[in-house]
Amino acid sequence: MSWLNTILILALAYLAAFLEGPLALLRNLLGAQITLLPALMVYASLTSGIGTVALLAVWGGLLRDSVSENPLGVSILPLFLIGFIILRKRDLLLREHQFAQMALGLAAGAVFPLGTLFLLYNVGHGPLLGWMSLWQWVVGTLTGGVLTPLLFKLFGRMRQALEYPAMKQSSFREDREIKRGRQ
Amino acid sequence: MLKKQHYITLVLVVLLVVALISLPSRTADGLKLAISGLFLPLSGLAASTREVTAKAGVALTSREELLRENAQLRTNNQVLTFQLQAAANALHEYDLFRQMFKISRPKHGTLQLARVIERDPETWWRSVWIDLGSDTPGMRTNLPVLTAEGLVGKVVSVGKTRSRVVLLGDPGLRVAVLAGPNRLNGTLTAGSAGARENNMLDIENLFGESADRTVHPGDAVETWGVGGVFPAGIPVGKVVDVPQKEYGATTEARVRLSANLDALENVWVMILP
Repeated sequence: MSWLNTILILALAYLAAFLEGPLALLRNLLGAQITLLPALMVYASLTSGIGTVALLAVWGGLLRDSVSENPLGVSILPLFLIGFIILRKRDLLLREHQFAQMALGLAAGAVFPLGTLFLLYNVGHGPLLGWMSLWQWVVGTLTGGVLTPLLFKLFGRMRQALEYPAMKQSSFREDREIKRGRQ
Repeated sequence: MLKKQHYITLVLVVLLVVALISLPSRTADGLKLAISGLFLPLSGLAASTREVTAKAGVALTSREELLRENAQLRTNNQVLTFQLQAAANALHEYDLFRQMFKISRPKHGTLQLARVIERDPETWWRSVWIDLGSDTPGMRTNLPVLTAEGLVGKVVSVGKTRSRVVLLGDPGLRVAVLAGPNRLNGTLTAGSAGARENNMLDIENLFGESADRTVHPGDAVETWGVGGVFPAGIPVGKVVDVPQKEYGATTEARVRLSANLDALENVWVMILP
């Protein structure tokens, strides 16, 4: 179960990183770029172990930075820290609830660009920031909130389709059967 | 035990990030190109889908419409042929004058068409990927990229089948330009205008030898030709307004770019000798 979940997460990260570039229509329509990685990290940290979280951060971060002007590796740490913090506190979270998923998605969508910017400034890169960046941040935050519950549904469906259903235990026990009539 | 495993992973990830960020820029660029090569199967699939869609579109176009377009293209072709002849004559005269005054002819390259295949996922950078790579003869870094309307940017890294182009307005790209009839020179940067709108940039430190050091809205802006990357005379845009400065020997201006950077589909790479 675990490896299948990890493979599905990494495959979706690959697809999402690729689709961010050519999807100009959505970008021109919204005036901002949509990214799936923070929402995916929330899903990964709530359903998998530290290995999957680290793999997703490294794989997703490297793919994203490879098609961007970002210095290579700069997206890895913010992504990993989001996953790490959620993973450490996940026993306290109501992760099955859509509201909790949405709230975590909103937070991840807001923190990811801020963390990347913090790192960029610290490694001596001055990106172009203005009022449009604020709009981008708002859209990124909202996208994280909307996409996280949807991802849970999508992965739920995929796992349902790809995994054997769990065998249900019958409540019938032969040793407790009441035999009627004379023996 | 579990806690320990978490912290070991955290340390490993931090070390990996530090190692990647400290890579020399050349190695990092090479690594980026190698990693982005992982998208090649999907890029190929997207290109084939686009081709099939285009073919389906052609099959669905009526014969009447095709004939009408063909007639229109013939007319355009004739007009362009006349214009080309006139331009060839002007160039010939220009060459004669240059020979008379013994001035060598500036080097202009050939143009190579490229398709924009991807945009930078981060909105704080301005770059795109094009489908020309080192398998195209003459393709290298620092080549100007333009559209029929004007300058777009320059090539910054070249892979086997794709290259990255930094667009005007990116914080890392500054272009020396000439503005207005007085030929004031300045530097085109993203400035404050670029942060608001993609196709608006600032010219800083406009200065010239002419006594009249002013530019006016509507004045044309073109590349100056110093610096060795952009040849002189490539149109860049038009001055929109000139903020008033109370003191200082230089002027500043806001420029609207001729090329629409938000809707780039095909661009031309100027392959220079």
